[in-house]
Amino acid sequence: MAAVIDTTAPPIGGARKAARSAPGNRKGYWRRVVLLIAAIYFLGPFLAAFWFTIHDGAGVNLGAYTRILAAGGFSSVITTSLLLGLIAVVVTLLLMVPTMLLVQLRIPAARPVVELLSLLPLVIPPVALVVGVRDVLSWGNNSDYVQISDIFTALQNQQLPLILACVYVVLALPFTYRALDAGIRGSNIEVLVEAALNLGAGWATVLRRVVLPALRTSILNAGFLTFALVMGEYTVAKILIFRTFPVWLAQSANTDGRMQVALSLLSLVLTWLILFAVVWIAGRSRKAQR
Amino acid sequence: MGLRTTRRPGLIWLGLLPFLGFVGLFFLLPTAVIAYTAFRVGTGSGSRFGGANIAAALHGAYRMGLQNSVGMSVVVAIVAAILGVILAYAITTSGGRSLQRLVSTSAAVLANFGGLPLAFLFVAVIGNAGVLTTLLRDRLGIGLHDDLHFDLYSQAGVQFVYLYFLVPLMVLVITPALEGLRPEWREAAENLGARGWHYWRYVAGPAVLPHFLGSVALLFCTAFSSFATADALTNGTLAITPLQIENAVSGNVLVGQQNLGAALALNMIIVVVPLTLLYQYMQNRTSRWLR
Repeated sequence: MAAVIDTTAPPIGGARKAARSAPGNRKGYWRRVVLLIAAIYFLGPFLAAFWFTIHDGAGVNLGAYTRILAAGGFSSVITTSLLLGLIAVVVTLLLMVPTMLLVQLRIPAARPVVELLSLLPLVIPPVALVVGVRDVLSWGNNSDYVQISDIFTALQNQQLPLILACVYVVLALPFTYRALDAGIRGSNIEVLVEAALNLGAGWATVLRRVVLPALRTSILNAGFLTFALVMGEYTVAKILIFRTFPVWLAQSANTDGRMQVALSLLSLVLTWLILFAVVWIAGRSRKAQR
Repeated sequence: MGLRTTRRPGLIWLGLLPFLGFVGLFFLLPTAVIAYTAFRVGTGSGSRFGGANIAAALHGAYRMGLQNSVGMSVVVAIVAAILGVILAYAITTSGGRSLQRLVSTSAAVLANFGGLPLAFLFVAVIGNAGVLTTLLRDRLGIGLHDDLHFDLYSQAGVQFVYLYFLVPLMVLVITPALEGLRPEWREAAENLGARGWHYWRYVAGPAVLPHFLGSVALLFCTAFSSFATADALTNGTLAITPLQIENAVSGNVLVGQQNLGAALALNMIIVVVPLTLLYQYMQNRTSRWLR
C-alpha cells in the first residue's frame, strides 16, 4: 500500500485542454512508440498472470477461481474486511461531513487547523504509525482500571478489530478531505444553505435535501477511497497481527499459489471497475450541472 | 453574512470536538508515543530516558537497513520519475479523452492499491515457477536467475515491482504540471527560432523542473515507506528499515532493546517529513502560475 499519495480519482485533463506538441504531426511516432511500450509493460504482466491462473500444465482450468469461495478461512477474513470497510466508511463520513460543513459555513477560522490535521497522516508512514498504535494498545491492555482494559479488549477483537477501522479512518483522512473539499468548494454550498434557511427550512431538511444531494459525488468518492484502502491495507493489520483479507492473501501462497494470484488479479480489477464507475458517475453529474 | 452570525460564537467551536478527539486519539497520540518511547530505555518501572535505542537504530544491521532503504528508494524514485514523465507527456499530448480517463483510473488503482497484489502478480510471471521464467527456460534455455542473475525475491526484484506502482504515481502527480504547459509557449518559442531541444531547455524544462523534483521526493517517500511488497516477496528478510521495524516490534531484538521499533519508526519519520514538505512546497510554488 503506497500511502503517501494525494492525487486520486479526479480524471486527468478535466476542463483544460492538454498542451499539444508541435503543429503538424511530424513527431507523432515517438508518442505511439511510448504508448505501445507502456501498454506492453503494464498489460503484459496482467495477461501473463491470468494465463498462470487458468493453465495448470495439462490445459485450461478455472479451478483457481472456483476454489476461492471454498478456501479455508476466506469467508471469515472477507467478512472481517468488508465489515471493517463499512465501519470505516460510516465513521469517516459521520466525522468529516459535519466537521467540514461546520468549518465552511460557521467557523472559517478553523479551516487551516482542520486541513493541516487531515493532511498530516501523509507525513507519517503507516509502518511507523503502527508502532505508536501498538504501544498505546499495550498500555491500555495493562491498565489498572478494568473499564479501560475492557475497552481495549473490545478494540482488539480478533473477529472485528475495531482499532484497525479507526487507524484506517486516519490513513484515509487526506483522501477524504480532498474529495469532500473539492465537492464543497465546487458546489457553492454557502449560497444553497442560506437560500434554504431563508425559505424556512430547518437544519435537518437542509442537510437531507440540500447538502447531501449537492455533495453526492464527493461523498461517493470519499467513501469509495476509504473502502478500497481498507480492503487492500496490509501493513497495519500484519504488524498488529490481525487476520484481514490482505494478510490472509499473503499467507495463502503456502496452500494455493494459483488461487493467490487469481485473488490478486480479481482485487485489482474489481477496485479498478468500481473506481471507473465512480469517475464515470462524477463526470456525468458534472455534465448535468452545466 | 447571515450565516456567520451566531448567538454564542464560542459554543460553535465545540462542534469540532469529535474531529479533534478522533485525530488526537488515533493519530497525534500514537505519533507522540513513538517520539516518547524511542527515548525510553529498559522496561517497566526500571525504564528511564536515554539515547540507547536511537544509538542502536543507527548502528550495525539497522544502519545497513537504513542505507539500503534510502539507496534503493533513490534509485527507483529517479527511474520511475523519468519513465513516468515521458509516459505522462505522451498521454497528455495524445489528446484522447477516453485514453486519459482510462490511464488516470488505472494509474490511481496501481499507485494506491497495487503494493500487495502486484507482488503476487509478479510471482506468477517471473517467480520461480512463473510463466515467463518457465517460458525462457524451456524454449530458449535461459535461466532468469542463473543466466540473467535476476531474482524476484531479492532487492532487485522488489525494486522492479516498486516501479509498477511508482511510474503510475509519477504519471498522476506530474500530469497537472505538463497540462499547464501552454501550446502558445511552444509556438512563441518556435517563432523565435527555437528547436525542440531549445524549447525543453529554456521554456518547458524550467517550468516543470520544480514540480518534477517535488515528485521525485514524493516517489522516494512512497518507496521508502512501502512495506507490503517487500514483506510479501522476501518473507520479511530483506534488510530495509520497514521490515526491520516489524521484526523489532515482534520481539526479535536483543534484551534491553524493546523500544528499538519506536527508534526505527522515528528514523523513518525524520527522513520522510522534510521530503513530503518539499513536495508540498514545490507543488504550491508551481501551481501558482502553471494554470
